[in-house]
Amino acid sequence: MRNLSAINNPYNDDKLMSACSIFGAMDTSGKPFSGKRVIDAIRNMHVRGNGLGGGFAIYGIYPKHPDHYAFHIMYMSNEAREKTESFLKERFHWDHVEEVPTFKARRISNPPKLWRYFLTVGSSKHESQSDDDYVVDRVMEINTRIEGAFVFSSGKNMGVFKGVGYPEDIAEHFGLEDYEGYLWTAHGRFPTNTQAWWGGAHPFSILDWTVVHNGEISSYGTNRRYLEERGYVCTMHTDTEVIIYAIDLLVRKHNLPMEIAAKVFAPPFWEHIKRMPDGEQELCRTLRQVYSGLLLNGPFTVIIAHNGEMIGLTDRIRLRPLTVGEKGSMLYLASEESAIRLIEPDLDKAWIPTGGQPVIGRLQSSDKVLQA
Amino acid sequence: MVTATKSTVEIDAMGLTHRQMNARLRELVADGSQHIILRNCYGQKYIGTNLNTSVEIEIHGTPGGALGSFMKGPRITVHGNAQDGTGNTMDEGLIVIHGHAGDITGLSARGGKIFIRDYVGYRNGIHMKEYKEKKPTIVIGSSSQDFLGEYMAGGVLVVLGLDLAEGEYHRANFVGTGMHGGVIYLRGKIHDYQLGKEVGVAELDENDWAILRPLIEEYADHFGADAEEIIGRGEFFKLYALSLRPYGRLYTV
Repeated sequence: MRNLSAINNPYNDDKLMSACSIFGAMDTSGKPFSGKRVIDAIRNMHVRGNGLGGGFAIYGIYPKHPDHYAFHIMYMSNEAREKTESFLKERFHWDHVEEVPTFKARRISNPPKLWRYFLTVGSSKHESQSDDDYVVDRVMEINTRIEGAFVFSSGKNMGVFKGVGYPEDIAEHFGLEDYEGYLWTAHGRFPTNTQAWWGGAHPFSILDWTVVHNGEISSYGTNRRYLEERGYVCTMHTDTEVIIYAIDLLVRKHNLPMEIAAKVFAPPFWEHIKRMPDGEQELCRTLRQVYSGLLLNGPFTVIIAHNGEMIGLTDRIRLRPLTVGEKGSMLYLASEESAIRLIEPDLDKAWIPTGGQPVIGRLQSSDKVLQA
Repeated sequence: MVTATKSTVEIDAMGLTHRQMNARLRELVADGSQHIILRNCYGQKYIGTNLNTSVEIEIHGTPGGALGSFMKGPRITVHGNAQDGTGNTMDEGLIVIHGHAGDITGLSARGGKIFIRDYVGYRNGIHMKEYKEKKPTIVIGSSSQDFLGEYMAGGVLVVLGLDLAEGEYHRANFVGTGMHGGVIYLRGKIHDYQLGKEVGVAELDENDWAILRPLIEEYADHFGADAEEIIGRGEFFKLYALSLRPYGRLYTV
C-alpha cells in the first residue's frame, strides 16, 4: 500500500479531518442547470477529501439522444479501445461516437481517455431478454473481459465523469461547467480501505443508476456473493460498487419501490420491528429474511440517483452525516449544510433526516425533462 | 478584509480556509479585540479553537464542524444552524445556536454551556464529563435524535421538547446508552424501551429545580421564549446513571 501520509496530512500536525464529501442537487421541475454551482458546492467541502477521487453524475445531459444508451467508457490503452469498439459494433447499433473532450486541469496527471457512445440494442439480443438486461450483461463482459476498459456509465440521457483528483479538478478536466442537467450528484473521495484509481472514483453506475457514498460497507463480502450469484460482477475494487448492483436488482428487476429498497439496505432493528403494528412488522420481517444478503452493514451515507429520482439515505444509526436543503422546486442533499448554503443561502427549509429514513426527490410531472 | 475598530472587528469569511480564519481570530484576540463578527461563513471548521479569553464571536452563516472545540472562555453566537461536533471537548465559554445543530454536539465537553434553539442530531453530549466545579451544560430547545447522552460521564443535558404536541412521546432511541454519570432533564414523555439499560428515571426534586430553572430562564433569554410557559408545560423527568461504574466488575472475578 502506498504511503499516503504526505497527501493526507500535508501539515504533518497529527490531525486528519477527512471523510468523503457528497452532494446532490435536483430541480424537481425538470429544468436543467449548469454544473457551476454544483462544482462550487463540492469544492466547499475540499478538506473532507484528499484528492484521490472525485466525480459527478449528470441527468438530462444528452437531450439530443434521449433514447440511446449513452456509454461512457474509460480506456487505459488504445488497444483496449479497439477491442471494446469491435465488441460494441457486433452487439449494438451505433448512432454517434466521440471522445469526451478534456481540458488542461491543475493537479490532474496521466488521465486515461474517456469515450462516449450513443447506442441502441443490436439484433444479437435474444427476444426474451429486456434491453436493460442485455446492456447490463454487456457492461459486465466489457469490465471483466477487456483489459484496460471500464464502463463508467451506460444509462439513457445521463453520464458519469470521474477520476483521480479533487472533484473541482475533475470538473475542470472535463469542462463540466458547460454541461447542463436537472439532477447532479458529486463526490470528493477520501479512500479508506481500497486503492485510488480512475475506475474506483465515485459515482458508481450501471444503466442510469448512480451512487455516491461516504462510509464503508463492512458487509461487502456478503453483498458481493449475493450479487455475483445473480449475474453482477464486481470489478471496481471498491465496496461502494455493491450498492449500485443491489439497487438495480431490487428496484429495476424486482420492482420494489425505493422506500422498500431503503428498508432492505438499512432495516430497522429487530427490537424495533417487535413493536411495530402487525402489517409493518410482517413487511420488515419478510424483507430482512428475503434480502438478508443485501443488508448494508457499517457506516454509510449515500446519494442514489436515476432518471427522474434522487435519494439520500444513511445507515440506521447515522454514522455518516446527511443534511437536506429545499428551495422551491430544488432539492439539495449534502454532507454539510454549508455547501448547500454557499449556493442557495436563503433556503425554504434545512433539516437533518434520521438514520435509515430515505429522502426522495422526484420529478413533479410525468417523466419528461424540460428542454433548456 | 479586516475592518472596524479595535474592540469590534468584522471579518468577511468568504473564501478563507479554516486555517486562515483561526489564525486571524488568534491574531485579533492577541491584539485585544473583544467582539468579532464573522460574515459569509460557509463551513470553516474549528472556529474559536485554542482561544482562551472571553471574546465574543458572532457568526453569520453556517460554521463548519467542531465549532468552539477545546476553547476556554469565548462566547460564540451562531445566526443559523451548526454542523457536527460543536463544542468538542470545550473547557469554558458559551455557544448559542439560533437554529439546529448536527451530530455529537458537546462531545467530551468538560465545561462551558451550549444552548441550541431547535433540535440536535445523533449522539449529543456523548461522553460529557465533570470534575469538581467544572460541569458542562447543554440545553436543547426541541428534541434530539438517537443516542442522546451516550456514555455520558458528567454534566447536565436539558431537552425541553418544545416541538412535541401535548402528550406526544420523544422519538429518540438509545437515550443514555452507557451512561455512568451526569444528569439528563427531559421534558416530554419517553418510553422505557427508548432508554439505555444503564438509565434510571426519577421525578425532579428541589435540588433538580435549582439547577434546571435558571437554565430554562437562560434559554428563554437567549431565544426570546417564555420560561414560565415552558415550565408550566410540565412533564419533566430526570434521567440518571444507575451505576457510576457499570463496568467496574467486568474484569474482576
